[in-house]
Amino acid sequence: MTTATALWGAVVFSGFYHGINPGMGWPLAVSAALMEKKHSAMPKAIAMLGLGHFLAMIGILLPFSLMTILIEWEIQIRLGAGLLVIAMGIYLLINRRHPKILARVHPARLALWSFLAAMAHGAGLMLVPIFLGIAGHDDHSAGHHAAQLLMDNNVITAFVVAFIHTMAMTAAGAIIATIIYFWLGLKFLSKTWFNLDLVWAISLILVGIFGITAALHGH
Amino acid sequence: MNIRPDPTFHASAKLAMQAPSENYAFTVMLSPDGEMSDGIAVVDLNPDSKTYGEIVHQVIVPNKGDEFHHFGWNACSSSLSPLSGHAFLERRYLIVPGIRSSRIYIIDVKDPLKAKIHKTIEPEELFEKTGYSRPHTIHCGPEGIYVSTLGGAGSDGTDGPPGIFIMDCETFEIIGRYEMDRGKQDKHYDFWWNLPQDYMVSSEWGLPPQFENGIVPEDLLANKYGHSIHFWDLRARKNIQTMDFGENYQMALEVRPAHDPTKSYGFCGVVVDTTNLQGAIFTWWRDDDGKWQSKKTITIDPVPASADELPELLKGFEAVPPLVTDIDLSLDDKYLYVACWGLGEMHQYDVSDPLNPKLAGKVELGGIIAHHKHPNGKGFAFGPQMVEISRDGERVYWTNSLYSTWDDQFYPNDEGGQMVMAHVGKNGGLELDKDFYIDFPQGLRAHQIRLEGGDCSTDSFCYPSV
Repeated sequence: MTTATALWGAVVFSGFYHGINPGMGWPLAVSAALMEKKHSAMPKAIAMLGLGHFLAMIGILLPFSLMTILIEWEIQIRLGAGLLVIAMGIYLLINRRHPKILARVHPARLALWSFLAAMAHGAGLMLVPIFLGIAGHDDHSAGHHAAQLLMDNNVITAFVVAFIHTMAMTAAGAIIATIIYFWLGLKFLSKTWFNLDLVWAISLILVGIFGITAALHGH
Repeated sequence: MNIRPDPTFHASAKLAMQAPSENYAFTVMLSPDGEMSDGIAVVDLNPDSKTYGEIVHQVIVPNKGDEFHHFGWNACSSSLSPLSGHAFLERRYLIVPGIRSSRIYIIDVKDPLKAKIHKTIEPEELFEKTGYSRPHTIHCGPEGIYVSTLGGAGSDGTDGPPGIFIMDCETFEIIGRYEMDRGKQDKHYDFWWNLPQDYMVSSEWGLPPQFENGIVPEDLLANKYGHSIHFWDLRARKNIQTMDFGENYQMALEVRPAHDPTKSYGFCGVVVDTTNLQGAIFTWWRDDDGKWQSKKTITIDPVPASADELPELLKGFEAVPPLVTDIDLSLDDKYLYVACWGLGEMHQYDVSDPLNPKLAGKVELGGIIAHHKHPNGKGFAFGPQMVEISRDGERVYWTNSLYSTWDDQFYPNDEGGQMVMAHVGKNGGLELDKDFYIDFPQGLRAHQIRLEGGDCSTDSFCYPSV
């Protein structure tokens, strides 16, 4: 398996990982269908959650993709990004409190909720080292590209990474929501709900360490 | 924090009904004259236990004069909310406010037999952080624990309106006031909500000078107690509609929304209609245009009596008012229990059709002139008051004291605290359990009951009963 394949695999895997986390919204898809008493409410809710998640991902990745124009600072940017992700992980590890802002969102505004949930949990940051790995990889395979062209490519890459990640996240959430809604019933809602807070924070730290290691030792 | 959601959190009211039965009750013990300290009695409710139906532990607080009234949990099924899900909290602490002292105790009941005080919030902290006093109803909801208060600032609680404040559900720090726009709301009592539909309903008793030293007959006859309920945009913290039942509907107290969050209706009990002394229940609902409506759907008539049988307060009326002082709705939204504290009756209404309630069962116990005895032959002080229903809807528990100074006015010759239980028939009907009768320790009266693992006036459900 090449590094590029592994990195794209990580984009998909992190999508599944975000998708199964109830904190990213699949219980909302179940409740939307039940509250509105129609099946069609579920795909609509899932789409809204996906939209919010995509916006949160691209909101984080886009600034980093623009920074890749500073090609001579590549290592520093990747180190900084890695440290930022580690810092977010440590913050979530220490501050185990709940993001209160989510409680203020109107229940019908699912895309906004999903955006804020992803932001509050640092979901976008988790993708940054992976994205920079992919962007850096392109860089080496296409070293003769002008910086402007590189940045343009990386902006496209950021959208593709955010899109594929969101697709994987949406698929994972949709599968769980569908199984609970159609077959298992609400009883399993609380049964499938695991506390991922600790694992999540550690994931951020590990991804950050990966980003730093990759920056220092090539990929 | 748990790894899995607390097993007492249920996604829907239906799932809560299927959960294991309650093993313990927690009941308020209050000293009417402040001679003793108030406390929480832990009652054994496991029929297989040797100490079934007995007080097996007491948490007695160090202060006197708190006057416990209502209380609630730090966390309930609302923790499974898909929006503000906080599923890994423990249902472990009871938040017990003193409505006379404004002191709040946090009691750890993880092991009910070793329940103990976890934290005390002194009145000064509440005054300083909220400008409110006399904390009352507790509900766990978005952003933390919501607490309603009966008084504003100042020594008599009339400096500014009372309202709701929010507490952190883990540290129990007081965060601050809830309201951003209270509209016409200037009195407070109970509140509850529908979390997915994002509305809250609050009610009105009266301001502290109207209740602390007893009911003020002149204020009642001048219709100066609360007679409105308020509908709020819950998350925007804004009063969106004030509904006045009419000024003769004095004291709109308990608010009971349907437990199934797809339903947009509920009930409110009114203590007394000053035009005819009836007790009343209003059904409120949201119409197709989003406006809130209400209709009086239950009336309970007063019973004529001769002046010499009546306490001073009622002599002039020559009748016993029903005094509807508490209501409670079963988790399947089928039966509404109505405490008629003056008559000495507990009514059970079938509210399957919320606009056409039908009397389905009735128990007579105590009462101002009736003095109905318990089937075990013993008397019952005062009348049926705070009522709580088991999650499965099969058992109904209640106690007898309303509020210290009011007990003394309506029942000047009674004293004592009792807790009883009635069984609900398969098709309705209500029958007292002859063997379940708890006499509270000498000098203490009994008020609100909370059941281990949640009950019918605690948990807010975020998913429909399907």
